[in-house]
Amino acid sequence: MTADPFARRDWMGLIARAPLARLDALWPDDPPAFTWLRAPEMGAMMVQGRAGAVGAAFNLGEVTVTRATVRLDCGTVGHALVQGRSARKAERAALLDALLQTGAGAGLHARVLGPLRDAECGDADTRARRAAATKVDFFTMARGDA
Amino acid sequence: MYVAVKGGERAIEHAHDWLAQARRGDMAVPDLGVAQIREQLALAVDRVMAEGSLHDPDLAALALKQARGDVIEAVFLIRAFRTTLPRFGASVPVDTGDMQIIRRISATFKDAPGGQVLGPTFDYTHRLLDFDLADGVAPPPAPEAAASPDPVPHILSHLGEEGLMQPEPAGDAENAQDVPDLTRAPLEFPASRPLRLQALTRADEGFLLSLAYSTQRGYGRNHAFVGELRIGHVRVAAHMPELGFDIEFADILVTECETVNQFQGSKSEPAQFTRGYGLVFGQSERKAISMALVDRALRARELGEDMGDAPAQDEEFVLSHCDNIQSSGFLEHIKLPHYVDFQAELELIRKLRRDAGAVREAAQ
Repeated sequence: MTADPFARRDWMGLIARAPLARLDALWPDDPPAFTWLRAPEMGAMMVQGRAGAVGAAFNLGEVTVTRATVRLDCGTVGHALVQGRSARKAERAALLDALLQTGAGAGLHARVLGPLRDAECGDADTRARRAAATKVDFFTMARGDA
Repeated sequence: MYVAVKGGERAIEHAHDWLAQARRGDMAVPDLGVAQIREQLALAVDRVMAEGSLHDPDLAALALKQARGDVIEAVFLIRAFRTTLPRFGASVPVDTGDMQIIRRISATFKDAPGGQVLGPTFDYTHRLLDFDLADGVAPPPAPEAAASPDPVPHILSHLGEEGLMQPEPAGDAENAQDVPDLTRAPLEFPASRPLRLQALTRADEGFLLSLAYSTQRGYGRNHAFVGELRIGHVRVAAHMPELGFDIEFADILVTECETVNQFQGSKSEPAQFTRGYGLVFGQSERKAISMALVDRALRARELGEDMGDAPAQDEEFVLSHCDNIQSSGFLEHIKLPHYVDFQAELELIRKLRRDAGAVREAAQ
């Protein structure tokens, strides 16, 4: 997998999309001392599409999300907007977002973000390889009167 | 008129206790887990999410379990839950051109760039019952092949480059919050296309299927080709105002259908192809194709086509009757006590018969 450094927008998305079990397995650590700026709150985001894929935006339906904001004792603020209805996932995501901005971040890049990205790419790769196996190869039938 | 009545509390409580036991069924059979429903009845879960208008596979699976497999009851549960959630905002419109494809077919171009990818389809199965499934036989692993990293562009974009496809006008909405939302404001007619598409994507699949079929049989005839049908994962992004950038916070499976329809042209526009569009949560190609056909039929007025009295072209008829929760709510309310209404009818009919009898007697 690619070894590009993670920008904040990338790690926030990667963690938001990850299953909680995967996140917990990679980062089971006790949380650092922190205060809630916004305790985990469950809600919905309206997903939009476009008419004809490229035209006017329309409302497709909502997706469940949970958001949270934390502040570490050092003052660093971490945000989370994660897919699904898990307060724990939002808490873990917000804490990771904060820690990744601090000196602890470098270690977490290798330990948490790299494996999370590899796992997500692996899922996508498996789907792509299965799809490729169902790709149709057309061949032209020889006509009887040729 | 419905008149409130009191009483029956004990009967209701007992009925619900029996419901709970009936839901569980034979206790000698293992209880069905929500994860089993999510994984093994995935297309039912997808339908509940699409018509419930809330993407959350675990919740949809729970709703199916609670509803004993009654899909419309499960959709009702999801719609009710949805109203309890605060709305944090709207996403950036999803880019279906950037979809990670699991299925993609075109009925118009054999050699479309990116190819024809069948995916996990029921097509070409023989529709014979498979008794191995009753025995719980594990399937063989799905075959794999080298995947191309090349993008899979929308097929209709090629027609657009030649000017043969009517361009899709950009919307009027300046920002995401301005996109019309029928969950926030009552439906008004004439409805804009974004509002129609929202109503159609959450509409009852059976109702849309029948309407779409009616257009194929000649009621608002509008011959459609499936230009492209694609199923796959898209990333959902939202702008984070406190941070000043977008994050891709969700990954969802959607089905998209674009139909190609003829358009004869008008005084101001040359003959060209037009589009019907369907986009639905989950893997649901019957719904997506139906949505595209009905979307195109509802564009008849905008395109200056002959408007007969075809139901699928009648926006008010389609949009007022396509929602299965609205429909079943009104339909099922007539089973509630209407004792007073009916007493009045009974009195009236007795009086009419008495009066008619008196007239007959007087005539004799």
